[in-house]
Amino acid sequence: MYMKNLDPNQKLDINNILKDLEHYHPKRHGWTWREQGPQKMGPFDFTQSSTPLKRSIPLQSARFLGGIDPQPDAVVTAEIASGRFEDDIRRMRMAAYHGADHIMVIRTAGQSHFDGLLEGTPQGIGGIPITRKQIRAQRKALDLIEEEVGRPINYHSYVSGIAGPEIAVLFAEEGVNGAHQDPQYNVLYRNINMIRSFVDAAESKKILAYDGIAQIDGAHNANATARDAWKVMPEILVQHALNSVFSELVGIKPENICLSSVPPAAPPSPDLRLNLPYAVALREFFDKYKIRAQMNTKYMDSSTREATVTHVLNLLISRLTSADIQSTITPDEGRNVPWHVYNIEALDTTKQAMMGMDDLLSMVNIKDEGYIVEKKREIQERAVLMLEEIIELGGYYEAVEAGMFVDSGEYPERNSDGIKRAIDGGIGAGSIIKRDKDYMAPVTAHFGYNNVAQYDSKAVDNPSDLIEGSTFEVPEKIQYIDELDETDNVYLRMEATKKYRDTKFAKPEVEWLGDGVVTVDLFFPLEERVATEAAIKTGEKMNLVDVEAIHKEQLHPSEGTRIQIKGRVDFDIDTSELTLPELLDTMSEDDVFDYIKHHPMKVVAGTGGNDEHSVGMREVLDIKHGGVEKYGIEYEYLGTSVPIEKFVDAAIEMNADAILMSTIISHDNTHYKNMRKLHEYAVERGVRDKLILIGGGTQVTPEIARKNKMDQGFGRGTTGLHIASFLIKQHKALMSDED
Amino acid sequence: MKERKDDFQTRRKPLEKMNDEALKAYFFKLSQDIVEPLVDMGRQYTSKSIERSVLLRMGFSSLECKDIVDTLYEHHLLSKGAGHCVYRLAKDKNISIREAGLGVSNTQNISYLRKVFDVHEES
Repeated sequence: MYMKNLDPNQKLDINNILKDLEHYHPKRHGWTWREQGPQKMGPFDFTQSSTPLKRSIPLQSARFLGGIDPQPDAVVTAEIASGRFEDDIRRMRMAAYHGADHIMVIRTAGQSHFDGLLEGTPQGIGGIPITRKQIRAQRKALDLIEEEVGRPINYHSYVSGIAGPEIAVLFAEEGVNGAHQDPQYNVLYRNINMIRSFVDAAESKKILAYDGIAQIDGAHNANATARDAWKVMPEILVQHALNSVFSELVGIKPENICLSSVPPAAPPSPDLRLNLPYAVALREFFDKYKIRAQMNTKYMDSSTREATVTHVLNLLISRLTSADIQSTITPDEGRNVPWHVYNIEALDTTKQAMMGMDDLLSMVNIKDEGYIVEKKREIQERAVLMLEEIIELGGYYEAVEAGMFVDSGEYPERNSDGIKRAIDGGIGAGSIIKRDKDYMAPVTAHFGYNNVAQYDSKAVDNPSDLIEGSTFEVPEKIQYIDELDETDNVYLRMEATKKYRDTKFAKPEVEWLGDGVVTVDLFFPLEERVATEAAIKTGEKMNLVDVEAIHKEQLHPSEGTRIQIKGRVDFDIDTSELTLPELLDTMSEDDVFDYIKHHPMKVVAGTGGNDEHSVGMREVLDIKHGGVEKYGIEYEYLGTSVPIEKFVDAAIEMNADAILMSTIISHDNTHYKNMRKLHEYAVERGVRDKLILIGGGTQVTPEIARKNKMDQGFGRGTTGLHIASFLIKQHKALMSDED
Repeated sequence: MKERKDDFQTRRKPLEKMNDEALKAYFFKLSQDIVEPLVDMGRQYTSKSIERSVLLRMGFSSLECKDIVDTLYEHHLLSKGAGHCVYRLAKDKNISIREAGLGVSNTQNISYLRKVFDVHEES
């Protein structure tokens, strides 16, 4: 199906995504890794890197470094699931620009206990209902977004719960590229019957194997559940092993088996001392599988700064050991379902830290003796002992029934508080059925006993030949359901937010179009309890609705407290009434270099009047800061507090092409006066026609400067390239006047 | 599990002699011993969800799959395979797979399947 490429300057049209979904089939199946390899970018060589993106948004500091945006070797994950998949699509596009190529969608609360597939597009809670329509819409959008950024994007959700095999089929049909699948998760955390979970898991995994879908396990949940996260380290090795070996026996290739590993501890515990030996133990045992490095969530509270530091330490572990998939946790996850900006912050944190630590292991080694080796071996031995006892108890099911898992003691210590599940208990108990001798299923990727030969011995390897192909070979056979609930679907939600969809109206937003949510960061010289109420009152006086404190931080028990509040605004912004600053024209650096080479230019610069500011001026002049000098423009810097006449006299003396006068906006309008004075003096000396006059300063706008007889004005954020581009434009105009 | 103090130092004695490679090999041997019986059960058993997943692959919607599997379960036919029942009906009655699946709950068809597959348990 032909789809028009996305224009980076146009919003993605959600209505267009929803159109013709019943006929949409994904363009690609299975997991894709990055194209890894060394990259030369600007003056730097990167080692643990991958092919750069066609379109991306680099780190802010890249503006001093030629705009480079090096991408790490690992696939980078963003978890995006706000409850409204249509709004998540916009966030996925933003995430792709910031380096995400693995988009993971969390399921809505309760979906794992739903006996079958959900359909349509109901709103979710803490995630989204995973349905064929929702997957198809998001996969279709990602198929466009990956073209826009120039890198394949893996789409991912969960094959767990009581309908695992059906979800696996849905994922294979719809081009989902990665999936969580671990029957232990069902057993321990969802209380689904253990036998049912493993029988279903065999079928699910066979389907994942067929479609090349990468599997991520669920072992890391033990960290989040256990009383002391670092004490379950031996058990997590056991959980990884049980799921990985089971998966391999069913047919998943080792390179598609990914271990979900979280550094279990976080500051103020001695982070690396606990986490690094564990990371080494894990990677040494499981070297034939892939590592999906996840970030710590267990010890997150409401401070986004604190979470970010913990996550950077997690990234250090990844760089000191390895990560094939680097997952990101948003720093606001400790206080709400992630917001747009925090997904992006987490991605930028990851890119910044991973590329900052590029090639670390060519400079430092992990010691091969002492504490780290002893601790690593101890974790591994404890895991081996646990496996021995599982066998002694009679096997996996008996061990779970005995309450061996997620005990708060570090194995072999036991505190008798593990999660206990009965072999014949839980949801779906007694629901498996023994296959008869003539049992048969005429489809592809079916696991286990299948008596196809009773009908056609030639179809044994391809059972779906019996029905002229299953949906895996003939996707046109897939039955598409649009909506089932007339009162809860995407069309109703889109109708309710229509006012803000590509119109002149806008509202601030954290997760959903038009949600109107804003945060305010406050400090009160008050104790926490009083400060909290004072902050809420402040929000109410600012006319915010539903004000809530989302973060409290004591600076001192009595001297003061920091409070962040959120609330909603109930007004719209009419963007047609806004006065926008002018866009500055810029030429390419190469064109500027080329022009100046053939038409050398000179400028006179300084800070006018009684003003000692010089920083901004130096930034647009010096080669060191990427100023005009970089492009070969010669300059004479006159210093600060330069008398107006001196600018013109110096320009005449030097035969300069332009004057750059910096000025500060002052209450007595000195800036106007100085600009006009500069112009008038140049006229008086008879050189105004030959000279380009530029006014600059943090509060100067092009409009103010031009109104006061300058040729142009430049404000905050100006670079040497902006000024050089303007100088060349004017120079060309002057030259043609002379002709 | 009963409470137990950390007796790691005693328990680890037999492991002491193994080098890292041997320990790793032993770890995976034990893991394989534990999961093999679980994989075997996966080969020999099925479930409603597995059978619905078979029907999905045969071109039925999730709602249709649920109805077909519930009907076949009620009539003790799931041990033959839901896909099998639909396939057999289509083949013997010379109708399309979809027609057969959507007509499964029809009394005549159920009786036919029970007869063909020799199922006697009461529905």
